[in-house]
Parts: sequence; C-alpha cells; structure tokens
Amino acid sequence: MTHTRTQTQPRTPQSDADTTSTTSGGRATTAMRVIVPLQGVVQGRGGLVLGSVIPCALFYFLQFYLKRHRPGPTPTTPPSTPPEAAEVSSPPLHRVQSRSIVSPRGRPQWTPMMRKIIQMVFFQLGLAENLLCVDLVQDWLAANAKNSIVGRDLSISGIATYHPSEGLMELKLAVAGFMSRVMERSTSFNPSQIILTAGAAVAIEMLSFCLADAGNAFLVPSPYSPDLDRDVKWRTGVEIIPVPCRSTDGFSLSTTALDRAFTQAKKRGLRVRGIIISNPSNPVGNLLNRETLYRLLDFATEKNIHIISNEILAGSTHGSEEFVSLAEIIDSEDLDRNRVHIIYGLSKDLSLPGFGMGVIYSFNENVLAASKKLTRFASISAPTQRLLIAMLSDTNFVDKFIKTNRERLHRICSEFVAGLKQLGIECAKSSGGFYCWADMRGLIRSYSEKGELELWDKLLNVAKINVTPGSSCHCIEPGWFQCCFTMLTEKDIPVVMERIAKVSETCKSHS
Amino acid sequence: MAIEIEQPRVGLSKIAVSKTHGEDSPYFAGWKAYDENPYDEFRNPSGVIQMGLAENQVSFDILEEYLEQHAEEASWGKKASGFRENALFQDYHGLQSFRKAMASFMEQIREGRAKFNPDRVVLTAGATAANELLTFILADPGDALLVPTPYYPGFDRDLRWRTGVNIVPIHCDSSNNFQVTPQALEAAYKNAESLNIKVRGVLITNPSNPLGATIHRSTLEQILDFVTIKNIHLVSDEIYSGSVFSPTEFTSVAEILESRSYKDCERVHIVYSLSKDLGLPGFRVGTIYSYNDRVVTTARRMSSFTLISSQTQQLLGSMLSDEKFTGNYITKNRERLRNRYEKMVGGLRNAGVECLEGNAGLFCWVNLSPLLENQTRESELAVWEAILHRVKLNISPGSSCHCSEPGWFRVCFANMSEKTLEVALKRIQSFMEERKITSG
Repeated sequence: MTHTRTQTQPRTPQSDADTTSTTSGGRATTAMRVIVPLQGVVQGRGGLVLGSVIPCALFYFLQFYLKRHRPGPTPTTPPSTPPEAAEVSSPPLHRVQSRSIVSPRGRPQWTPMMRKIIQMVFFQLGLAENLLCVDLVQDWLAANAKNSIVGRDLSISGIATYHPSEGLMELKLAVAGFMSRVMERSTSFNPSQIILTAGAAVAIEMLSFCLADAGNAFLVPSPYSPDLDRDVKWRTGVEIIPVPCRSTDGFSLSTTALDRAFTQAKKRGLRVRGIIISNPSNPVGNLLNRETLYRLLDFATEKNIHIISNEILAGSTHGSEEFVSLAEIIDSEDLDRNRVHIIYGLSKDLSLPGFGMGVIYSFNENVLAASKKLTRFASISAPTQRLLIAMLSDTNFVDKFIKTNRERLHRICSEFVAGLKQLGIECAKSSGGFYCWADMRGLIRSYSEKGELELWDKLLNVAKINVTPGSSCHCIEPGWFQCCFTMLTEKDIPVVMERIAKVSETCKSHS
Repeated sequence: MAIEIEQPRVGLSKIAVSKTHGEDSPYFAGWKAYDENPYDEFRNPSGVIQMGLAENQVSFDILEEYLEQHAEEASWGKKASGFRENALFQDYHGLQSFRKAMASFMEQIREGRAKFNPDRVVLTAGATAANELLTFILADPGDALLVPTPYYPGFDRDLRWRTGVNIVPIHCDSSNNFQVTPQALEAAYKNAESLNIKVRGVLITNPSNPLGATIHRSTLEQILDFVTIKNIHLVSDEIYSGSVFSPTEFTSVAEILESRSYKDCERVHIVYSLSKDLGLPGFRVGTIYSYNDRVVTTARRMSSFTLISSQTQQLLGSMLSDEKFTGNYITKNRERLRNRYEKMVGGLRNAGVECLEGNAGLFCWVNLSPLLENQTRESELAVWEAILHRVKLNISPGSSCHCSEPGWFRVCFANMSEKTLEVALKRIQSFMEERKITSG
C-alpha cells in the first residue's frame, strides 16, 4: 500500500522560544510569532516608537479580524446536547478518514485580508501559483473583460442557457491554438479531442475514473505533487504506486524502476492500469526528453496500459532545454494512440488559478465520450468561457505573455537558485515550473523523515518560510524541499536567503 | 502474407463503459429529436417544440438589464486589485462575499423564515455536482438513498453513476396527489432491507420535479421524523424554491428545523442552484448547505473537483447582494411563472386534458392516461412517440421519472416564448380533437 504521510498542520506549532504571548488559542500564538519579527524589520527604519506601536496595532487588528472571520464553519445554533447517534454525525467513516489528507502545503484557510497581512512578513514558498505576470493579465482584463462577456453581440441569453458541458467549440479551438503556441508550435492539437473541465484536478480525477476501477493502481514516478494523492485516489478508490527516482539519476525516471514497480504490484495482486507522469515535472522541475518518452511509450505498449502526461506547466519552461510534448511523440510514431492522454490547464501558464480551467486531450474515442458525460459535474461557467475565448484569441497578448512569463521565470529562478547556492544549498536542475528542488540534506540533523520535518518546522516558524518537504511528495531521500519562487519579487530574495541562512547556521551549529 | 497480431485493446474502467449515465433513456432521446428538427417561429414553424427542458426563460430581460448596467462592477475594470485578490489562488472556500450573497438570496426566497450562515455554504458547479457530492459523502458504494417517485431522471446518473450508490424508490401515486406518506417511506425502507441494502438517507425535491408542486408542511414533518427515527440523512433539493408561484405555499426544511430549535439538525442538508430560479444554467452555480460540520468540511475539500470560477462569483456576487434587485426579481419571476402555468393549464383543460394541481416550478404534471390503450409502460411510450413524431412536441414520459402509474407526462412551459406556448397548446388541442373523432 502506498504510505500516505500525514503532516502536522503548520498553524499550531508546538514550541517556540520567541513567543511571549500568553493569549489563548493557537491562532493568537501564531500571530504573535508573525508580529515579533516584524518589530525587528520596522525598528530598523522607524525607531522604537513606531517599532512598538505598529506591531501592537497590527496585532490587535489581526486579533479582531481573526475573531470576526474565523475560518471554518460555525453551527447556526449550537446543538444543546451532542448527538448520540454516531451514525449520522459521522458520515461513512472509512471514506472520510481516507479523505483527511493533510499536508503542510494544505490550502491556507485565510481570508484575502489576512493573507495580505501575513504576506508582509511571511513568505509563502509552498504554493505553486505564478504572480510574476499578473500585471499583464490585470491590464488585459481591465481593457477587455467587460466587452468579452456581455457586449453588443452577446446577450445574457446567449451565455445563460445550457451549453455543451464539455465546453464551447470556440473555446476548444482557442485552447488548441494556445496549447500549440505554448509548446512552440512543435505540434498541433485537434479541438475535437479536447474536453474542458472546471480545473486540472477535475481532469486528473476524471481520467482516473475512466481508466481504472476502484482497487486498481497507477504507477507514478516519485517525488510527485501531493495533490495527486487527492486527485487520483480520494473518491475513485484507485491506488498510486510510487516509482522512486533518485538524486544520483537527477531524479529522472528509469525503465528498470518502472518495471520493478509493475512486477511488485502484480505480486501484490494490484492491477496496474497506467502511468502518470508530469512534464515539466512537479516537484523537481525537470523535463522528460524524447528518449525517455519513447521508452515510456514502449513500456506502456508492452504492458498494455495507459499513459497520462500532465503537461500543465508546459508554458512555464524557462531553461535552454527543449520541451517535448507526448503529443509530439505520438505524431511521429505509429502506435496505439488509444492509451495516450494529456492533461493541461490555464491556471498555471496564464496565471489564472481562480478561473478553474482544465483540459483532457485524448486520442481515445471512448475516453472522450465518457469524459464528456462526466463534465456534467464540473463544467466551466459560460461567462468564464467567453472571457477565455476573448483572451486566448488575442494572439498578441498571448505571445507577449508567454515570452514575458518565460523571461521573468528564468530571471527569478536563476537568482533564487544562485542565492541558495551561496548558502551551500544546491538545487536539482530545473528547467520548468515555478519552483526549485533544493538539497538541504546537509542541514538536517538525522537523515530521516523526522529530521526533514524538524527542518521544515524550523523554516516555517523561525525563518517564516513555508516550503514543501520532500516527504509529502513521497521522495524516498529525506532532505529535499520544494521552494516556489513565483510569489516573490526580486527584492524579496535577499530577505528570504538571509532567513534561510539564519536557520542553516543553527542547524550547522547543532550538528 | 504475415498475419497481423491484433494488439489487445487497452481497457477502460467499468464506470467509463457503464450505462448508468442513463443517456439512452427516452428523456434524452426526445432531446435528440428536437436537436434534429428544432421549432422556430419563422424558419421552421413545423419543427419539434421542446417541452422537455426545465429551463426558465421568462425573466431573462430583468437579468439582462441588470447585468448590462452593472457590467463594470462585474468585470475588474476599475478594481484591478480586486482581481489579484480574488482570482488568484482560488480556494475551495470560494469568495466570502459570494457565499454571503448566496445565503442572503436563499433567505430572501424564504421571506426570512429561515436564516442561512454563509460559513455553511459550500459552492459547487451546479446542483448536479452538489447532489453527487453529497451522495459520495453520505453513502458508500452499494448503499442506498430513498427517493420519492416520480423523480428527476437525472438522479439516476447524478446519484448512482460514479458513486456506486443505489436509489430505492418511495412509491407515490395519484390517490393523494403523489404526496409522500409514512407508509410509503416505511415500505421503501423495508424493501431496501430485504435486498440487504443499507439505507443512508432520503432525498426529496421540494418543490418537486416533475410534479411542479410543493411538499406540504405536515409531510415534511413526517419525513423529518422518519429520518430521525431511522437515524439517516435528509437531503432536500430546493432548487425550485424561488419558482413557487406564491411564496407562502412553500415550506423549506430549514424552517422546520428552526421551529424545532435545530434539534438533531446534523442529518439535514439542502441543495440549491441558480440554474432554475435565475435562469442561469450556463453559469454552473450550485450550493450545498449543510447543518453538519463534518459534511461541510468534507464537501468543501471535495468541491475542488467542481469549482465555480472566481470570475463568475464576482459577476453574480454583487447582483445577488443587491436586495432591492433580487426582491423585485423574485416577485416578478413568481408572477410570470404563475401566468404561464395558468395559461398552460387553461389551454390543456380546453383540450380536455387534466393536470395535477401545481403551485411551483417550470412544468406541469399532465395526465394523459385516457389516451393509453393499456395502462402499461409500453402504451405510455407509444403515446409519447406519437406526440413526439406527429404532434411534434417533446414532452417527458412519466416512466423515465420512474412513476409507478403509467400515463403521466411532464410538460415544461417556461423555456419558450408565450407565442410558442400558444402554438404548442393549439397543437395539443388539434391532437385531442382528432383523437375524439377517431375514437368516436
């Protein structure tokens, strides 16, 4: 069985020498830990008075705000006695428990205002969202959004009524064109092989439902994105069998490892239905080369299983390496295309996570037919489709965005990686994505998951940096961390590095 | 010549190949006939009139006006920073402002007789997703939900397909206007027991689809008592709550809970959507309102698989928070629907066709059993086909709604213009007259 690691939530840290707070509640102590370092930052500029007044004011404001906007549901009126019947108040237990997947990278439950405040002192490097080119999107929306939804030619009735749930053909055309542009026209995409869904998570889950029965399994090279555990396994009952990749191989996938994993699965009586790869990979950020893709296809053909290639970061490549889509390989090969499926989405490459737009691109008619029916449960709302059609059809904007995004990604990645290097922290080669895969094995006290989590905790509570530990990505080698840099500006990098340096010093002095 | 070895075809899952999506039933077949020959007042006056789609087009103009006037606010024209906060990193919590707007809209529909807490609102991409999500959470594969018949044909897909959960019908008949009785509830429960199926809850639609009528307060009380005794859940799909012709005739399960001081409320969950009341199915906006904390938390996480785009939330949020607008809309919408209903029923009566007395929704529950040769499903389908191909009207046969009495049909009246409705009524009148002549 896959070992699902549960992580402690970052919000209620157990011990911290800095805190002087005596207020109750984990949230208040967290706030205190946030304010104390702020004091230091402000004191440098505004003097003692400002240095005390501002943090106190912020602290009280935060307290007040926390009280009013406590995240999480509160009952309308509390029940007078706790319900006796466990049956009803606890929905089918085994299912719910498997659903309590918790990772330190778990979605923050803070309101935007809180986020703003926290962000002033707290660096979120655990969230793979790209803010580098938000200005471009903002400008485009300001100029075009209004007319693209309800304009002279578009009436409400045009967008309000029922639509084909798998997406308007116009949008599919636009998406096919965009995918081609993003992959630098190495291949073209057929709009009729596209199914649109309300997000990439939906697309992955949908394919999971279509290609495997409950109890079957997918092979997934590890380390892999923690989200996959939820997307592939949660409601479907499908298993993930990690195929470990090693730092000595640059975390690249070996066919031997695949084969071994497949055989082991068979021995355990698990039927493998497919392989799920991500390219560019998450969390490492490397690209799969042609040779690897060919070998994968051969392997899948030999075992008669599917391949799902999650190419959602194809537009966020920033190195000199060439990105090769599985679709391009298929073009040139004469093989059974029915086993090949590609996942894509706009949230990463176009900086539009709130929009929720995922793509299934498949060569299999039956998968397309089944997926089409499944989109009833998660289709993109019509006004959003209209907006996206307008945006994607604006090829000037699209080309400019792709180019600028790549430039900015490259710049910030290089600076971030160089900064880490100066601290003696090397990163795995990263040619794509919003993050780097940092080798902090030198800083962990014990070469184990425990040691790794201790370091993670220090980084979170002392350095105030949220990174994703390799263990939640199912990495077999402890000590690796994913650091996302796309929510930073260049000015933030020295601050981040300084903080990491402090932690790194304490780690070295302890060893 | 070498013999080609056929590569074994790579297989798909059972879910992918199953027919549980139900899209082969007459309910959907009629839509196909319409798609192939759709009625148009000028270009195709002899085409099929679609009366099988429960869509609300009677109040579009009110919405259109509002959205056009407020398009600036809806997009991010002036509030560029709003985009950054709201669009970026879409949490499955949804925008607080939008949840508040949904809660207050739901309160307005119930004329303040029930209160809704925005923190209990979970957003989904439509009621279809909401119903499926609740089923995933409340039941395991092989378990069952009890659903009163006749029910919305889509439930066969929404509640059963991916979830692996069964629907055990609670049989209702015309002797008491298809209202649920304690005996019927008990019988359904025993039926499930005899099949060794564990019942996890009851799912009602109030107002009912396809009946077009609200559930009596006393019946709701009985249902609530039943689920409490059996210690199971109650899901109340109230997506037509804003389409009740007279607001006082609708009792939401939320009101009953309030009158009981929320005792034992953790078993109750309400589904709502903007598709029917606001006529915005294309927007894909649905919600689950649950009184159970664990269900709310789990549903929120699961809603990652069925998110509403922040842009849509932004677009509708300010509209739904505008109480003057929504109050006016709800009133006008009710009025217009009632007028349509009365026109429909009047026209049918002139043709000698009776309907169930309805007070809500976008359709009538029509009794065509006198036209059946035998009181069987086959005869009902024969009549359905005749009406589809000769009268060129697509209506929904009761059998696709699992009605135990053959001869009933659901006929929609809100998804067309008044003129088209008149044409449809005329066709029915001629059809009935023909029948009288031929049957002597």
